[in-house]
Amino acid sequence: MSYLFNTPDDQRAMLAAIGSGSLDELFAQLVPADSRLNRELNLPRALTEQELTEHMTSLAGANVAATQKPCFLGGGAYDHFIPAAVDALASRGEFFTSYTPYQPEVSQGNLAVTFEYQSFVTRLTGMDIANASLYDGGTACVEAVLMCMHATNRNGRVVIAASVHPEFRQVVETYLRDLECELVTVGTPDGIVTADDVAAACNDQTACVFVQQPNFFGCLEDVEAIGKAAHAAGAMFAVSVDPISLGLLKRPNEYGADIVTAEGQSLGNPLQYGGPYLGIIACREEFVRRMPGRICGETVDRRGKRCWVLTLQTREQHIRREKATSNICTNQLLFALRATIYLSLLGPQGLRETAELCARKAAYARGKLTSNTRFAQRFAAPTFKEFVVRDTSGEVEQLLADAERDGYFAGIALGRWYPELADSFLVAVTEKRTKAEIDGLAAALSSATASNKRTPAHA
Amino acid sequence: MRNTRAIQPIFELAKAGRRGVVPPPCDVPTTLDEAIPAAFRSDVPPSLPEVAEPDVVRHFTCLSQLNMSVDTHFYPLGSCTMKYNPKRNERLASLPGILDLHPYQSEESLQGMLELLYSLQQMLGEIAGLDAVSLQPAAGAHGEMTALKCAAAYFRDQGRPRRKVLAPDSAHGTNPASAAVAGFEAVTVKSGPDGFVDLDDLKAKLDDETAVFMITNPNTLGIFEKNIRTIADMVHNVGGLLYLDGANMNAILGIARPGDFGADMMHYNPHKTFSGPHGGGGPGAGPIAVRDILAPYLPAPIVAFDGRRYRLDYDLPKSIGRVRSFFGNTGVLVRAYCYIRTYGPKGLREVSENAVLNANYLLSRVKHILPVGQGDRCMHEFVATASKIKAEKGVSAMDLAKRLLDYGYHAPTVYFPITVKESMMFEPTETESKETLDAFAETLFRITEEPAELLHEAPHTTPISRPDEVRAARSPQTSFPE
Repeated sequence: MSYLFNTPDDQRAMLAAIGSGSLDELFAQLVPADSRLNRELNLPRALTEQELTEHMTSLAGANVAATQKPCFLGGGAYDHFIPAAVDALASRGEFFTSYTPYQPEVSQGNLAVTFEYQSFVTRLTGMDIANASLYDGGTACVEAVLMCMHATNRNGRVVIAASVHPEFRQVVETYLRDLECELVTVGTPDGIVTADDVAAACNDQTACVFVQQPNFFGCLEDVEAIGKAAHAAGAMFAVSVDPISLGLLKRPNEYGADIVTAEGQSLGNPLQYGGPYLGIIACREEFVRRMPGRICGETVDRRGKRCWVLTLQTREQHIRREKATSNICTNQLLFALRATIYLSLLGPQGLRETAELCARKAAYARGKLTSNTRFAQRFAAPTFKEFVVRDTSGEVEQLLADAERDGYFAGIALGRWYPELADSFLVAVTEKRTKAEIDGLAAALSSATASNKRTPAHA
Repeated sequence: MRNTRAIQPIFELAKAGRRGVVPPPCDVPTTLDEAIPAAFRSDVPPSLPEVAEPDVVRHFTCLSQLNMSVDTHFYPLGSCTMKYNPKRNERLASLPGILDLHPYQSEESLQGMLELLYSLQQMLGEIAGLDAVSLQPAAGAHGEMTALKCAAAYFRDQGRPRRKVLAPDSAHGTNPASAAVAGFEAVTVKSGPDGFVDLDDLKAKLDDETAVFMITNPNTLGIFEKNIRTIADMVHNVGGLLYLDGANMNAILGIARPGDFGADMMHYNPHKTFSGPHGGGGPGAGPIAVRDILAPYLPAPIVAFDGRRYRLDYDLPKSIGRVRSFFGNTGVLVRAYCYIRTYGPKGLREVSENAVLNANYLLSRVKHILPVGQGDRCMHEFVATASKIKAEKGVSAMDLAKRLLDYGYHAPTVYFPITVKESMMFEPTETESKETLDAFAETLFRITEEPAELLHEAPHTTPISRPDEVRAARSPQTSFPE
């Protein structure tokens, strides 16, 4: 077997050294007979590297990659450009095959990366403290909510806007169910939540108000007013952001956020069918001891040399066990590394330009797509890189399937999460989408209009 | 020959006006003011460092060289299963038809990926001896919490919610922490010096409020729990469920199945057992396998197959709901799939046989240097103690661990499990040779002969030595000052 070393001679020598006659004898000593499996596992036969490569290539061929057709899918995972240096550096074995810096002396590379990552996150968000990362954007939301519950000592209610990613909200709902905390969802009929509705939803047991900026529909919320409403109710204000948007939009510290979370996939991480991604979380300084997961800090070694270590570990499960701030054990350092390399390469100017390209191209696409009479803008609010299109003929599923056949991943149908938006779909436009692709998508959707009108089966 | 300039914080390498990657010019006529009202915009971009691409390449390459890793060093970090990460899996997981898939693509465009994930569900069920699998959890601890929530839903559904989750004192800290996050009261059960669960204490703590007993088997001392069937019966007799922490599955692949020895649910750590690279501390994944009575509560979606077409099944009305966004840590799961397909049924058993043989062999070489309380036998890992040398020479487990770094070995896990004083937990894995194990044991012996003063100040050859952790925690500086 390719990855095993022990030859039959090795095995004999090692068994002799430990005083065992055979592997069977050894296992008979170790595992009680009534627990042993007395047959071979029922699994497919072993494949050589060449056979496995053929098999995987065949499975890959049964998929259509988002790079094979212009991809206008978003909803929290985006087809941004990934510079070659990100892959080249992050695939170094010294990063890839190392583990948690339990021995800081031989982990300064990973710790320095973590420190830089945390620094980048605080600079993007305007917050004081970032941790070393969480699983993904959805679990980051729930960790923020749990932080708010602990910090405010209020366990009664969490107020969340319906314009927050529906899967993020589902995760929060799952976690809160067994903690007897009520999750109140504030409706967003116009695509954004109003500060008045937020204020009305808060009571004196509300731990936090949670919104997303730009929200799931791509719309920009009036975050400043919402934050004020949250604080007026004595609740904390938590926001999930798109990190790319922070090259252009106001930073969360400017509008009063206490905790910021984000899905970091956009920062140089591949789509890979939903994960692993990067959960970003950052907060104001006063909440640092409520922060979940690992935190890297600067210190000096015994010779006075600057270095980095994991710090404030008394918050964590391996020390505090059931009293820990969270049960999280790992972070997503490989993807935090990719984000750090990505942001280093882009720099302030590159991030600004990327965000502007997204915004301008999305605005262009929004106008272009809704110039056809079959389609309308669903919401009037300003948007960043995504927007909702209403199909006045109400045949979204068929429309998107037709567009895919014509060569476009055109958008995401919203009916599965929002029954009232069953006639609408979400379109995302990154810096990778060209004018030609946007015009092509508009033409493909228009031709779908024509064929639908002609074909009675679709009526 | 270390490049000390390149490893400075990247902020110190920056210079105004330098650019790395430059985005293309805008090809649409829409202006920024038309796109986004000025009121939403910030006047200046975030203060990121301005560096050139070669700066970035040299900086991160030089940083990488400050790490020990499986690719470069023997890494016997107990409980973490630092085995070889096959290069073929990296290449195959990076095929565009695998890597570049958006989570909201149509099922039609994902048939290959769904087939892979469906097969992985089947294979993980077979290896566990359990009926249903969810691939959604993002890590082992996340899998624990997910399974505990399924248990909570199961008892609620029976009209009899239960409030307690039991775990031995030798358990990973995630066990009680996950119980708390899932809304349970965590109760600690004693274990004996051999790591076995104290059956009297278990009996005293089991009652009709016990939802779950969480057990790690083989346990954190690397011993297969000899009373596991009795324990399972005791838990089941009070109507409770038995959870298996699958951290140590590398010892029992094809040898024993959790479902067969009484577990009702478990999680896998594919980044350990199935060689997904640890990535400097993540990503992992934490798929769970459960008995049929718990299947209705798993998070949706599950991959289903009707004999013709693969699809995502969201129709689980009793599901606990989502525990993360999107499908799961697919990239890690793809590598696990490649790993299992590479070994096949016989090969997986050989993995565990050789992992256990290597650990027993290393134990036989280490026990003369550092006492191993559990005796002459272990599964895939064992726990030695530095108590004796501490008493005799004042040399601690930490001193020994630090000195190993000087000799080019990653240290074993120290001070876990907390039930053994001055503990050093060794897990060699199956992907190391007898020659490496011999050389390691000889080095360990040589270190114990070295003067105590030398060891107290070790390591001596690494880029830094003994960072001041108290200072780091006293006034935390967690980002580069602006």
